[in-house]
Amino acid sequence: MSDTALIPQPREISTEPRRSDKVFRGVVTSGGLSSLVVLGLIALFLAYRGFEVLREEGLGFITNADWSITLDESANVVESNFGLSAMLVGTILCSIVAVVIAVPISVFSALYLNFYAPAWLKRILVAVIDMMAAFPSILFGIWGFLVLMPSVEYWAKLINKYLGWIPLFEVEPYFFTRSPFVAGVVLAIMIIPIITSVSREIFAQAPLDRIQAAFALGATRWAMIKAVVIPHGRSGVVGGAMLGLGRAMGETVAVYTVLNIVFQINWHVLLGAGGNVASLIILKFGEASEYEIKALMAAGLVLFLLTLIVNAIANVIVKSTGKSGR
Amino acid sequence: MIQTPESEKAMSSTQPSSLASVANARQERTHASTATGTGLEARGVHAWFGKNYVLKDINLEFAAGSVTALIGPSGCGKSTFIRTMNRMHEFIPGAAMAGQVLLDGKDVYAPGVDVTKIRLQIGMVFQKPNPFPSMTIGENVLSGLKLAQIKVENKDELLESCLVRAGLWNEVKDRLDAHGGSLSGGQQQRLCIARALAVSPQVLLMDEPCSALDPGSTLRIEETIRELSDSMTIIIVTHNMQQAARVSDYTAFFLSDGGPGEMIEVSRTSEIFSQPKDQRTENYVTGRFG
Amino acid sequence: MSAVAVPTKPWAKRPQERAIGISFFLAAIAFSYFFVAVTEMKGKLAYAFVFFVAYGLFTSTFSFINRGPQAAKDSFVSTVVSLGAVVTVIPIASILFTVIQKGVPGLHFGILSNDMSMATSTDPIANGGVLHAITGTLTLVFLALIMSVPIGILTALYLTEIKGRFAGPIRFLVQAMSGVPSIVAGLFILSAVLYPITKSFSALMGALSLAILMIPTVARTSEEVLLLIPNDLREAGTALGGTQWRTVAMIVLPAARSGLMTAVILGVARIAGETAPILLLTGGGDKVNPNPFDGSVGSLPYYIWKAFNAGSPEAITRAWAGLLVLMILVLILFITARALSTRKISK
Repeated sequence: MSDTALIPQPREISTEPRRSDKVFRGVVTSGGLSSLVVLGLIALFLAYRGFEVLREEGLGFITNADWSITLDESANVVESNFGLSAMLVGTILCSIVAVVIAVPISVFSALYLNFYAPAWLKRILVAVIDMMAAFPSILFGIWGFLVLMPSVEYWAKLINKYLGWIPLFEVEPYFFTRSPFVAGVVLAIMIIPIITSVSREIFAQAPLDRIQAAFALGATRWAMIKAVVIPHGRSGVVGGAMLGLGRAMGETVAVYTVLNIVFQINWHVLLGAGGNVASLIILKFGEASEYEIKALMAAGLVLFLLTLIVNAIANVIVKSTGKSGR
Repeated sequence: MIQTPESEKAMSSTQPSSLASVANARQERTHASTATGTGLEARGVHAWFGKNYVLKDINLEFAAGSVTALIGPSGCGKSTFIRTMNRMHEFIPGAAMAGQVLLDGKDVYAPGVDVTKIRLQIGMVFQKPNPFPSMTIGENVLSGLKLAQIKVENKDELLESCLVRAGLWNEVKDRLDAHGGSLSGGQQQRLCIARALAVSPQVLLMDEPCSALDPGSTLRIEETIRELSDSMTIIIVTHNMQQAARVSDYTAFFLSDGGPGEMIEVSRTSEIFSQPKDQRTENYVTGRFG
Repeated sequence: MSAVAVPTKPWAKRPQERAIGISFFLAAIAFSYFFVAVTEMKGKLAYAFVFFVAYGLFTSTFSFINRGPQAAKDSFVSTVVSLGAVVTVIPIASILFTVIQKGVPGLHFGILSNDMSMATSTDPIANGGVLHAITGTLTLVFLALIMSVPIGILTALYLTEIKGRFAGPIRFLVQAMSGVPSIVAGLFILSAVLYPITKSFSALMGALSLAILMIPTVARTSEEVLLLIPNDLREAGTALGGTQWRTVAMIVLPAARSGLMTAVILGVARIAGETAPILLLTGGGDKVNPNPFDGSVGSLPYYIWKAFNAGSPEAITRAWAGLLVLMILVLILFITARALSTRKISK
């Protein structure tokens, strides 16, 4: 016997799946790939339809604020200007207002649910907040317009009165109705349930033995939260906020209902003039000519890519926290 | 001095006498303890989890500066018992208790007592090492001060003395800014001991502190316990009878016969292992069950 | 032997502590009332603001006197954190209240049996109804369901049973897909199907876009459910000589049945009130349309949208009634989903 015989060669273990399993795996895999296919097709078709406009307008599609088209009697395009900058600025403004309002409230209520609420109240509140996340956006829109707006306008006037010296809160002319701020508040109410439930789940993963260690060292509840829960959940909350941001940027009906859409860049949150890419599509779709529809497709592509990026970042952040927590 | 086995039963097994000899061979205390206060006392302590009756009528006194080991099979309520001492019991939903826990003669469960102050006086080391992952080694040691907002004159001095007493100083003095997670399991556990020491508790509760550690680290921690016992009261839950024999002055044996856990017997450690009064204790320490 | 020991919770709040808490609460209410009356402030916001500040200050001062600065901070944070929870819940309460209050006057006996083909926006409420909208919504949901449920569950099966090479990327893409704005889904169907192929509004077009929105919800919830199925069940199946296909079909899926139902219902709840793509793709007819593959079709969101934009008092009342019907639908779906999922846990 030679030495080499003493060391056996590792055997390959392979299972040749039966035919039924091959079919099964094929079907399931093709189903699984559907999300890839759908996302790819969305980008492809919107780009294909919007290509003409994008080529015509070039970078101006992003940087110009004007959105106009003139047709002659036989519906030929005489002149057209398509620029999204006012809508993009408006989208960002509304959704940032929403996130700024929603994040602290959501984090507080997630902390309350996890560490302060009695068990019975927690159960009820979690159900109610999850239910709110399933409410249709048209409900938020109409409620926001008819019920919430008068109050929000009043708050806006207060902010303008006391903080009007900050350029962001300037209002000139003195017109508060249907401002990006109002839209932002409505969006905030819509994304609070999302950010709350993401934060709640991340906080619930805070390691119990560390929580106990903090209490055993004589920490109060707040001291424990500061030392253990917040360091653990910080980036998860950022991820949840990004998810909320993505949702807020893509929201259509609720924003369209409350926002006064104006094709001019406006950074003054409280002034009643704003924009939103998604609302633009609804606004112009009804009477749009064939060429303008192409422009709307291009706008949809921009919105799609924007939300895709925000969501991707959010998911990466949430996922990496979930892992490190375990 | 080695006690001669007196009964036939003791002769039939060598374990009790060997444990007893370990207990006796341990150095007797030669100098007075510097521990403050008059110690801790459990008076008629019962405990429940919901409808589940887990601990029945425990009466135990822990003299200042003594080391007491709590031994017994799993599920006999030892851990529950020490968690009632520093009021960690109440974090479990449905938990209830009866009786009194007296620290320096004052009931820690009395109305109006500030529970955070109690936990500062009665420190705790857990089964699994649990340093705070977001803090450095140095911050971990001083975390108790930060959590309870205690002001200290000289933080560096305190940091060093706690790490020295926990037997960790030489290993970490050059990397106090490293994260706690970079240490080995045994080092992490000593870091947790140092963390508990930083708020200078009168009593230190240790819930199976070595059960997740290798023998070398276990020995280091046992040394630490012996050194600490000069200055504080220590209660240690352990499954390891050798460990109980090596480190403790007194040993209490807990047992549950399916119902709530009860304390069967408590006496000097050497006596528990050489001449237990109760048959069940003898069965346990001779390894007939458990 | 001493008397039988009684379980107590010495850490629970005693009656006098509760009384102190309640008195602080009442004192803060009284203070906010007084403060708002004396100063120039006015409005609900002022009351709420003064109340919370006062309550926070009262409780933290009390804690400070009794237990020191750390406890004071803790009390103050408790107030802030509860404020967060209250602010989260207020809109829900307000929405439920308003929709019921304003929607009920719009209800009438014929609402479920009439459509709007013979009624205009200024007609009295008793004319017309939501029949076309309800049948339309049901058609849309049903079509979206039969397209998205198989794909959603297959995706979940790929992630949990096959765990192939692409599992990571696909999980990521499903997440990304759930973030696709609904209007973009609508535009996509418009550009990819409606313009080049069918060239007319129909329920099918709307359903296609809704399916895109529903797939990720179904896939993610199903994945969570399938992950809960213990692995020994699968191993038991294969150890008995079953193929993977049979194991999944006869053991895994039946075991996850009620959880998968929950996934489907949550998906339906997500799309039932979806408005934006419906506006682009369905045309929003006022008559019951029996053909789901051709012709404009009404739906609850479109009905509400039309009525709201018509703006006359009657139309607004109709919009609220439509919202009430839609909200009841979503609530029923949601409660069913929850009931099914809690039963799954209790088993």
